[in-house]
Parts: sequence; C-alpha cells; structure tokens
Amino acid sequence: MQINSPDFKNSSKKALDNPGLQKALGNLRNGFPVKRANAVQRMPEFELLRNEGRDIKNHVIANLDFYLEEFETNVTKNGGNVHWACDAEDARKAILDICQKANAKTVTKGKSMVSEEINLNEYLESNGVQPVETDLGEYILQLREDHPSHIIAPAIHLNLDDVSSIFSEKHGTPHTSDPAALMQEAREVLRDKFVAADVGITGANFCVAETGSTIIVTNEGNGDLTQTLPRVHIVITTIDKVVPTLEDMSLFLRLLARSATGQEFTVYNTLSTGPRRENDADGPEEYHVVLLDNGRSEMIGTQFQDMLRCIRCSACMNHCPVYGAVGGHAYGWVYPGPMGSVLTPKLIGIEKSGHLPNASTFCGKCESVCPVHIPLPKMMRHWREKEFEKHLSPKGFRFGIGTWAYFAKRPALYRWLARASAFSLKLMGGKSRRIRSLPLKNGWTAWRDLPAPEGGTFMDQWKKNQSTETSPSHPDNKCRS
Amino acid sequence: MTLTNPPHRVGLFVTCLVDMFRPSIGFATVKLLEQAGCIVEVPDTQTCCGQPSFNSGDRSSTAEIAKNVIDAFDGFEYIVGPSGSCIGMLRQYPELFSDNDPYKARAETLATRAYEITSFLTDILSFDQIIADYQGSITYHDSCAGLRELGVKNQPRQLLGKIDNLDIKEMNEAETCCGFGGTFCIKYPDISNRMVSNKSSNAEDTGAKTLLGGDLGCLLNMAGKLKREGSTIEVRHVVEVLANMTQAPAIGEAQYDLANEL
Ligand code: SF4
Repeated sequence: MQINSPDFKNSSKKALDNPGLQKALGNLRNGFPVKRANAVQRMPEFELLRNEGRDIKNHVIANLDFYLEEFETNVTKNGGNVHWACDAEDARKAILDICQKANAKTVTKGKSMVSEEINLNEYLESNGVQPVETDLGEYILQLREDHPSHIIAPAIHLNLDDVSSIFSEKHGTPHTSDPAALMQEAREVLRDKFVAADVGITGANFCVAETGSTIIVTNEGNGDLTQTLPRVHIVITTIDKVVPTLEDMSLFLRLLARSATGQEFTVYNTLSTGPRRENDADGPEEYHVVLLDNGRSEMIGTQFQDMLRCIRCSACMNHCPVYGAVGGHAYGWVYPGPMGSVLTPKLIGIEKSGHLPNASTFCGKCESVCPVHIPLPKMMRHWREKEFEKHLSPKGFRFGIGTWAYFAKRPALYRWLARASAFSLKLMGGKSRRIRSLPLKNGWTAWRDLPAPEGGTFMDQWKKNQSTETSPSHPDNKCRS
Repeated sequence: MTLTNPPHRVGLFVTCLVDMFRPSIGFATVKLLEQAGCIVEVPDTQTCCGQPSFNSGDRSSTAEIAKNVIDAFDGFEYIVGPSGSCIGMLRQYPELFSDNDPYKARAETLATRAYEITSFLTDILSFDQIIADYQGSITYHDSCAGLRELGVKNQPRQLLGKIDNLDIKEMNEAETCCGFGGTFCIKYPDISNRMVSNKSSNAEDTGAKTLLGGDLGCLLNMAGKLKREGSTIEVRHVVEVLANMTQAPAIGEAQYDLANEL
C-alpha cells in the first residue's frame, strides 16, 4: 500500500468534506461503541479479564523467543512448516515460493492486515498469481481497487450505494440496493473461486504455542473455506500473535469479540493445526505459517514495547474522535486510528508519519477501552519526543513552543507576558468581548471566536488584594477590588 | 470538617489560562476552599504546568518548568487547581526525573498532593455545603484529563446537586473530547472544528441554559464555537456556579466592562 501519511492534513480535510464518508463514519460511531458498552455491561468480570490479558501478553513478550520456538516445534510436529521472515520482502518471497511450488494460478485470501502491510496482493499479481479476497468487505475493496480503512471492517468507509454500483459494474448485474441480494451475488461469484483456488492464504488472530495451532475469527465463514478447500494453506502472521495455551487463547477471544463488535463471541472461530491427517474429512495437504517480524522485535525493551500487546480489536479507532471525524484512509497507510499512530511510525519511519502521533488531543478514550491496557497516548507522546529530538517538528511550531517554555521557566518575565497578553487580547475583544480573527492563530479563529480575557491577570489582582487587606476578606470582594 | 482539625494549608495552582483569561475562576476556587475551611495561599513564582512543552515532545523544557512548580509549591499540604488537565500534568511530574535526581522524590510528593478542585472538595474534604443560588438548567461537559486521568465525574455533579432549582440535563456524548487538545486545535483546526461542532450541537440539544465544565481550555473552545454559531447557551466554569459567582458575564459574553464593575 502506498504511503500517504505525509499528506494527512489534506486527506483529512477532504474526508471532512466528503458527505458519503461522513455518513458512513456516523454509522460507525453509533454502532460499535454502543455495542461494546452493552457487552461490557453484561460481563461484570470484564475488567479482571482485561488485566489478565495484559499480564499474559507481558509475560509472552518477556519470553517471546521461548513461545515462538515452542510454536514452531509444535507446528513442525503436526506436519506443518514455519517460515521466519525478517521483513516484508522475506515474507513475500516465502509466500510466492510456496505458491509457485504448488503451481498456483489463483489463491483465495481471508482478511489479513499483515498481507496489506507487506503489499502481498500487488506482488503476487505481478508474479502471475491472482489473489481473490473472500472477506466481503475486502472483496468489495478489491473490485474497487481500494484499500481497507479499518482493521476489522475494511470497507466501513463505503455506503450501500457504493457497493451496489461496483457490483453492477464488475458483475454485469442489474443495480440493487437490497443488502441480502448483494450478499448472495458475492457468494455466487466467490463460490467458484473457492473451488478453483490452489492455495488459501489467511492471517491469524492468535498462534497457540502449546498446540502449534493458528486461529482466525470471522463473521462470514469465508475463513473456513479459505483454509480447508485449497490444497495448500498459508498463514501470514506476525511474531506478536503468539499466546502460550488454548486457555489463554480463549481468554483473548472473549476480550476480542466484546471489544471489537460487542459480540459475546465471533460467529466463526476456526483453528488450524497442521495439514490434513489420515482420517480427517477435509483440510489442506500442506500447512505453512509465515512468521513476520518487520521491526516488531526491535520494539522490545523500548518505550514502545507495550504496543506488542495489541490484539487488533479496533476498539481504539472505533472510539477515537479523530478517527471518527476523518476515517481510516486519511492516516495514509495500513493501520489507522490510535494503534496505527503508534505502530506506523515504527513500521514506515517517523519521518513519513509524523502527523499521526500529533493528530491526537490525548483525550485518552482509546486507552480507556483498550482490552489490554495499552497506554496509547503516552506512546504517541514518545513519538513526538523522537520527532522533537530529531528536529522534525515544523520550525514555526518549535519556535512557538520554545518561546513559551522560555517564559514559563522565568516567573518574573512570565508575569509580564501574561499581563501584556491579557491586556492586549482584552483590547482586541472590544465591546463584543470576542475576537473573531487573530493573526498567527488563524487555526482557532477560522472556526470559532476567541473569548476575550476579563482584563488583568489573576496574579496581579490577588497581589493587590493581599497588599491592601490586612485580613483575608471575602474573595467575592477581592474579585472586584 | 471537624473543628478540632487545624485548617488545611492549600496552595492554589492558578493555571495559565485562568490567570490570563478569567481570573474570576481563580477567585471562585479560593472562595470554595475558604468556605471548606482551608487557608489558601498563591505562590507567586508559579507559571504554567508545562503541558504545551510536554505534549510537544520537549521533555527537557518540561522538566525545567516542573522544577519551578515543585519549588513554588514546596511544603504545601495540598495543591489545588481549577483544571483536571493541569493537575493531571502535575501528577505526571515524577516520570520526568531519573531516580537519582533529587527532584524525583519531591515530584512524587507533589503528585500525591495535587487535586482538581471539585474532587478535592468531595473526595478529600467531604465538603458539600454549597451556598449558591442558581435558577435553571445546566449541562456538563466532562473534560478528558479530569475524567480519565483523575476520575472526575460525579464530584461536580454531586456538588451541583446541592443547589436548589438547578437542573442537570445530561447531553449525549458528554464524555467525548471537545476538540481543544491544547496545541491540537491550532495544528489541526479542521478536525478540531468538527469535534467542537459535534459538542455544541449535543449541548444545544439538551435545551440547557448553561454549559459547565472544569477546564478553561475546553470552555474557551466550546464558548468560542457556540458564540460563532450565534447560540444563546452561556458557558461557565463549574466553580463559578458553586461559589455563587455568576454575576459576571459568561465566557465570551458581551456587555461586560470591567471598568464599570470596579
Ligand atoms: S491498541 Fe488496544 S484497542 Fe487498539 S486495536 Fe490494539 S488492542 Fe484493540
């Protein structure tokens, strides 16, 4: 996926002016968060579960090598193969290699953000292998040559009309705005693809070390077909997805479903444990797991380590007022919203993604809903610190903050500055007591007035009161003295 | 408060916005603290809590500013301010200093003594003898830092509940950010505008006469938007109502001439 993060400001402006997108975002804001809140309310022990989830993840991160090796050993024992991939290039090559050995012409794909991260579709296509997305949202996006704007609801930026138009255009069918009919249409097209595919590629929500299993959760069941019908099943996932036991996995499934969609459990929870065994009714002949690092192991021991706890539930973006205003595409790369604002700078560099950790009010809503208590605002601030250290923040802004800090460190000068500002802003407010336009602060006054100061600083008035009064008098009077 | 206890000695953390824009919030805070039996002092070397630097990634300036605050408030039993956001910042000071820095322990002491005014009155002093007269309905915006960092939610409502004839009409998404975010509103004005527009329409929908909150930054933002839209909702800091100091015009309201008031 092309990197458009440096253009965040323009993209977000366009997003705010796009009525279709705004309608779709309205549906999102009124959907997932409400469902999550209800689900959490129905489960009194949810907070305990969150703490447990955090602790398990911390334990895994501290012993990552151990659990990854245990996972590999068990995958191999089951007759599968683990491919270690340092970076995107390694992962793409490993996958293409398996596809070519299987003589694959088409591959079906379950939804996978990691495959977006490594640009898998473009790569396979340019090497003569046709990927077919089987998640409904992803399928729609593939037809539109579009990209996901959300990590669990990839086509959330679209409305029914958009889907209806692209189906009619690409399938040659009459226009319909009946969701059930559209779904049926997609099913029919995809059914043939499932049967024709030589290889099925899925992601993994979790990798279970003790059994060597991977699991994907979907609400459509497309994942089942993607991993059981083709001869070869490839799982593309990252090293941070490993959990010790099936028991631990169950805990995360409970947290995940509630945090993501407010469901008690996702509809399809599909475990894969190696290739088909002799007495199995179905399943692939080959089972491969490509374990991608792509910079994640470097986060261990840094200020960003806690980010590795992320279970990709999307709660942080569903509740984020900035995401809710501009949508996922504005962030300009694979991972949007608060989790993306922390992860993306690590994956593509802070030089290209500086806007992301800056475009936050630090309202803290994301952290308050994150099922594994990731301190997202704090880590966004750490990225700002990195930017500041590297002198990447805009010059004018640095100057402004620097000047401010200069005064804030010097109380006497600061008193003078506060007095002067209060005086001049009051003057500018005039009789209306509101400033409608302010040089250098156009960001504020373009959209709202600036209420003018009352006049005089608190510190001056307080001092005056203290020197004119021997005993403390009523502050009401002080205010007016 | 039992009379046998000596009065608490409280240092007022004025906050830079209150100092510059609306001193009456500072005086209302003092009035409430004195009503609750505290002795209030205002150290005159205080400046700003350092949030603009902290949130811009300038840690070393933040630490310098923090040292100034720590020195200014040395020895106070409590440090109280009319802002969840600035008090939240004071509580984060310890992480600015390394373990062998002598300021570390002092920062920790300060952090445990720093309180937002409504939570100080209710949670620490169990004070609820509000003597205020207010007719009409209010709606309350929960500012983010107060709400999520300090757990300020019921405290202001509990105190407001003591006022006869004051009716609280909760708005939708009261806990959603208003889009102020310090430098955010200047850096990303279009997004900030969308957020404050949502807030103003939620406030309008309640039909309340007054919008209250506990952080002047958010209040300036919301008042600025409501006034630009021509709304008649008045915007005030919650302490103005609690201290019965609503004679002065609301934030951003016209017809206020300090000279005539003096
Ligand atoms: S950061 Fe937390 S809330 Fe966001 S996707 Fe990851 S686990 Fe979910």
